[in-house]
Amino acid sequence: MSTTKELWVFAEQRDGKIAGVVNELLSEGQILCEKSGYTLCAVLPSDNGAVLCQELYNFGAKKVYTIDDPKLKDYQNDYYSRAVAQLINEKKPEIVLYGATTIGRSLAPTVAVMVDAGLTADCTQLDFDVEAGNLLQTRPAFGGNIMATIICPDNRPQMATVRSNVFKKTKISENEAGEQVPYAVDLSGVPERMRRLESVHEADNTIDLNAAQFIVSGGRGVGKPENFKIIYDLAAELGAAVGASRATVDAGWISHHHQVGQTGKTVCPVVYVACGISGAIQHLAGMQSSDVIVAVNKDPDAPIFDVADFGLIGDLHEIVPEFQKQIAAAKN
Amino acid sequence: MNIVVCIKQVPDSDKVTIDRETNRLNRAGVPSIINPFDENALEMALQLKDAHGGKVTVISMGPPQAEEALRTALSHGADDAILISDRKFGGADTWATSYTISLAIKKLENVDLVLFGKQAIDGDTAQVGPGVAHFLDIPTLTYAKAIEVTGDTYKVTKVTEDGYEVWDIDKPCALTVVKEANQLRMPSLKKKMAAKKAEIPCWGFDELQPDEEKIGLAGSPTKVSKVFAPPVKLNKEILSGEPAEMVTELIKKLKERNVL
Ligand SMILES: Cc1cc2nc3c(=O)[nH]c(=O)nc-3n(C[C@H](O)[C@H](O)[C@H](O)COP(=O)(O)OP(=O)(O)OC[C@H]3O[C@@H](n4cnc5c(N)ncnc54)[C@H](O)[C@@H]3O)c2cc1C
Ligand SMILES: Nc1ncnc2c1ncn2[C@@H]1O[C@H](COP(=O)(O)O)[C@@H](O)[C@H]1O
Repeated sequence: MSTTKELWVFAEQRDGKIAGVVNELLSEGQILCEKSGYTLCAVLPSDNGAVLCQELYNFGAKKVYTIDDPKLKDYQNDYYSRAVAQLINEKKPEIVLYGATTIGRSLAPTVAVMVDAGLTADCTQLDFDVEAGNLLQTRPAFGGNIMATIICPDNRPQMATVRSNVFKKTKISENEAGEQVPYAVDLSGVPERMRRLESVHEADNTIDLNAAQFIVSGGRGVGKPENFKIIYDLAAELGAAVGASRATVDAGWISHHHQVGQTGKTVCPVVYVACGISGAIQHLAGMQSSDVIVAVNKDPDAPIFDVADFGLIGDLHEIVPEFQKQIAAAKN
Repeated sequence: MNIVVCIKQVPDSDKVTIDRETNRLNRAGVPSIINPFDENALEMALQLKDAHGGKVTVISMGPPQAEEALRTALSHGADDAILISDRKFGGADTWATSYTISLAIKKLENVDLVLFGKQAIDGDTAQVGPGVAHFLDIPTLTYAKAIEVTGDTYKVTKVTEDGYEVWDIDKPCALTVVKEANQLRMPSLKKKMAAKKAEIPCWGFDELQPDEEKIGLAGSPTKVSKVFAPPVKLNKEILSGEPAEMVTELIKKLKERNVL
């Protein structure tokens, strides 16, 4: 199969704003392109791509394929998958990366079956095997019990999704050069089978666990619903989001939006503070890749200490308010 | 309404451990459960049936023992079950699985809705739903938490990163269902008894007549090249003592790591 030696990043935009994970993927893509010699490109379906290209150049894209159509203004699976699949079939890139967002996790699997590509979900590490020419895609499986490296030896493109905050973004400069390559798709033949009626953003910073740099999480050790106040207070002091274990969500102490773990959200903040959480494997699966993990637990044998960078053995009802107090004091 | 629910039997990840020497999962004696999110898909189907009548068919692809998961689903209220099983389907990744499951659904008549869990907890890939939808050529929405029947279309609420969206989607369609949608009802004793005796047809290669190149290991673009135990944290520091001292020490360390 003859391919173009290109690595593509799907440039997800919402309301004309590029998703943060796109820039993270471009930054990681640069490293992969250095190893592979491929050209780093972005694919941008929208209603007016030209205005968004500069940001993508600044994070390393040398080329941006813009696919403009009023139907591509907002994400719609049928239109987006058709547009991206058509471009892939025509240009045949080696690699396509997507953010594992609610959009990426619909688009990528649809495109994968449309273009006969393998797709590896939620990679936490990417590398390039120069000799074999394969992308090495590493991801946790079985709730984090095991890591697996996946390859796609025979099919191209090789496709992967990556969650937000797994890779660091590094802007090269404010005015990097790049090339916009407009690409036209004809969507008139795609039947209109679904229509978005409403889109609601619930502006509550405490549940935006994906974007948070800091997360303070509470588990059953918090004791009762009212006690979550100390978790919220510390979070407010740190500008943090609030997480929770499933035990507390099931008990009705806090809403499911906050649940971290295998059946909740996967998070990757700079600092994760686990308070009164035992560290069951399903919880670890959702927070293990945080940069720095702080655990507060009165049981020195709690498994959470196995993944913690800093473990504080003691009563969270004393430690958490103290932590908040000292942070507040340091600010003044 | 004819509703199909795809359920996967998965090892209860609570009980899975890894052999640090061989890097293999210790699966012996690990109980199997219905993938937790598939329970939510099943409950959504049962509620639609309660409101609008019709039939709920559960489908599972896997080894013969996946039949157990199907019987459990019947005891919760599903009407029919179909097992997709054949040695030739073994080793399928999500691509080949999507293709194979879609062939089974194509054999069913007048399907109005196909439901999946948000993701399976063994692989956490969340790919099979959209994949099957494409092979069936029906529209799809992921992360559905509520559905309403509105004439020829459905009104579906889907969860997003920071809120939700409401979509109008044509019939038939495929949805993947999130946990917050509902909680699966308890099985009834009567249905449990019936489920034990139910005939569950098994569809294999001969029944589905798949394209040989698209099934099993051969039809799977992704290959596992290596498995290993997750790295253990080195340099961890355990602090104990008076809360105030511990916290002061912690803040100092976090500052040293440039994260505070
Ligand atoms: C299929 C499946 C999926 C699951 N998915 C998830 C998931 O997504 N997320 C998740 O979190 N769980 C999940 N679970 C549940 C998981 O197995 C655990 O049951 C759960 O994480 C336990 O929550 P916990 O740590 O808050 O409670 P516990 O395990 O009860 O731990 C409480 C901890 O608090 C400590 N403690 C008590 N009092 C204090 C105090 N005063 N000060 C300090 N420490 C104190 C105790 O020492 C203990 O370690 C899942 C389970 C299954 C089977
Ligand atoms: N082998 C299978 N048999 C039946 N349904 C499956 C199978 N694999 C996946 N599914 C369905 O697809 C969903 C997503 O699975 P996955 O893409 O593996 O995360 C699951 O929640 C199930 O509804």
